[in-house]
Amino acid sequence: MTLADGIWQQIFNFDNYGELLALVRNSLIAGAALGLVGGLVGVFVIMRDLPFAVHGISELSFAGASAALLMGVNIVAGSIVGSLIAAGTIGLLGSRARDRNSVIGTIMPFGLGLGVLFLALYEGRAANKFGILTGQIVAVDTPQMSWLLGTSALVLIALAVMWRPLAFASADPEVAEARGVPVRALSFAFMIVLGLAVALSVQIVGALLVLTLVVTPAAAAARVTASPVLLPVLSVVFAVASIEGGILLALGSSIPISPYVTTISFTIYIVCRLAGTYRTRQWGARRAVPETT
Amino acid sequence: MASVSHARAVRTEGRDADAAVVSLRGAALSFGERVLWQGLDLDVRPGEFLAVLGPNGSGKTSFVRALLGQRQLSDGTLTVLGRPPRGGSRHIGYVPQQATLSAHAMLRARDLVRFGIDGHGFGPRLRTGAVRRRVDEVLESVGAAAYADVPVGLLSGGERQRVRIGQALATDPRILLCDEPLLSLDLHHQRAVTELVDARRRSHGTAVVFVTHEINPVLGLVDRVLYLARGSYRVGTPDEVLTSESLSQLYGTQVDVVRVRNRITVVGVPDEVAEPAHHPELPHGVRP
Repeated sequence: MTLADGIWQQIFNFDNYGELLALVRNSLIAGAALGLVGGLVGVFVIMRDLPFAVHGISELSFAGASAALLMGVNIVAGSIVGSLIAAGTIGLLGSRARDRNSVIGTIMPFGLGLGVLFLALYEGRAANKFGILTGQIVAVDTPQMSWLLGTSALVLIALAVMWRPLAFASADPEVAEARGVPVRALSFAFMIVLGLAVALSVQIVGALLVLTLVVTPAAAAARVTASPVLLPVLSVVFAVASIEGGILLALGSSIPISPYVTTISFTIYIVCRLAGTYRTRQWGARRAVPETT
Repeated sequence: MASVSHARAVRTEGRDADAAVVSLRGAALSFGERVLWQGLDLDVRPGEFLAVLGPNGSGKTSFVRALLGQRQLSDGTLTVLGRPPRGGSRHIGYVPQQATLSAHAMLRARDLVRFGIDGHGFGPRLRTGAVRRRVDEVLESVGAAAYADVPVGLLSGGERQRVRIGQALATDPRILLCDEPLLSLDLHHQRAVTELVDARRRSHGTAVVFVTHEINPVLGLVDRVLYLARGSYRVGTPDEVLTSESLSQLYGTQVDVVRVRNRITVVGVPDEVAEPAHHPELPHGVRP
């Protein structure tokens, strides 16, 4: 009993909550930006069937971040460089779905291996190492903040500009190309945007769990709506709720933020999935009527 | 070899040369050594329904890609609406095979139609009211209003092709290019789709280029047939082209064209050559 209580105390602890809250103000702001970016980018990750690419990019982002840690330079910059190398490679070599997965499967273990090497060489605090993989909350300092927010802004602007043709090219590539949409260029541009978004997520939830921010919220939203407006809005709401909820719950405990974020995100997905099944059945029922005419 | 049809094309051209919306002269297309077709002279006039026939690998899809400006001719000239085709025009509607829609596409029928109107533009949408009204109008006109808000993934093949036709017609194009739009549709839906296309060209004078491996669903509607095979072609009315004599000559072997009631069956076509390039996953015609 006491053991169970002890674990419970470790997982949920709200002592001195007010003081702690002030400490993570930066993280909450970064989390909101990240939720916005992850939720929006995730819409296209689902549409373009790229979850595996997200995972591959995050491993190289991890390698970049650990290299930066080893060299004592800005970790966010390091993880962005790693991400961009991975995203660029996947974008160039894997424009076709069949090639893409093998390209990702090839570079991912290489990135992970490099990351492990850099971390093994690093002699600093162990928490820093762990943080890159599983996320951290209090670690967002002011220079990192400006990197995070600046990159988020860049991603959001890029998405705003290319949203419409990218959606067209993602859903309906043949007709989009016939209509003059630069399908290939957009595909590459999106990989770069995705690389930046992944690098951001690595900072908060860690390299191993980026999918929970970039894939799960959009996948959940896709279960309940196909509206081009509602889908990204819901996806962002889910992503922000997961990450901010995760930060607030993790605050008093000694456990990394990621299990909180992933659990909230997963719960949202399950609920949406159930709601989606009901909704699909309703469509079926409704459409059985006009079908005969 | 194609002198008869050539003469015919020239004659019709003489009547309304300016009006031809698609015009090919001495056009050839080849993949490396292999010539798909060559010496192609053809004018497509407004309101004309041209069926493009031929075995797999004869270059039907490449013909459409050339018209879309996605493939360069290896010889000759091609003009579409008076100039060489360049990627993308609101005057050209395109209906692909129904399998080409991404399985992950999270869209409703109305969103697909809307892409046809303004999906190619960068930046945020402007003037959304007018576009939305136009989408409703189009969905109504192709009989898809009842499932306008249903995700395309839940539509049947026939319903999806109706929406596809709507998407292609949403900008009131002058040319409609259809690449095997009837593939894997049942007879009832084949008829529905061809009737939509036919009604359109009659009401709006839209020229229709309709690639199909099966002539019968459109036999009563087509004005002319372009039959591609063995690096060559025949063009003319179905009665001129779809005869034992004409196709035997084209294939270089005895081919029998049997007409039973209003259906045509071609017997004795040599084994089809391997499909050279077209695959739904390879939008650029790259060979794997």
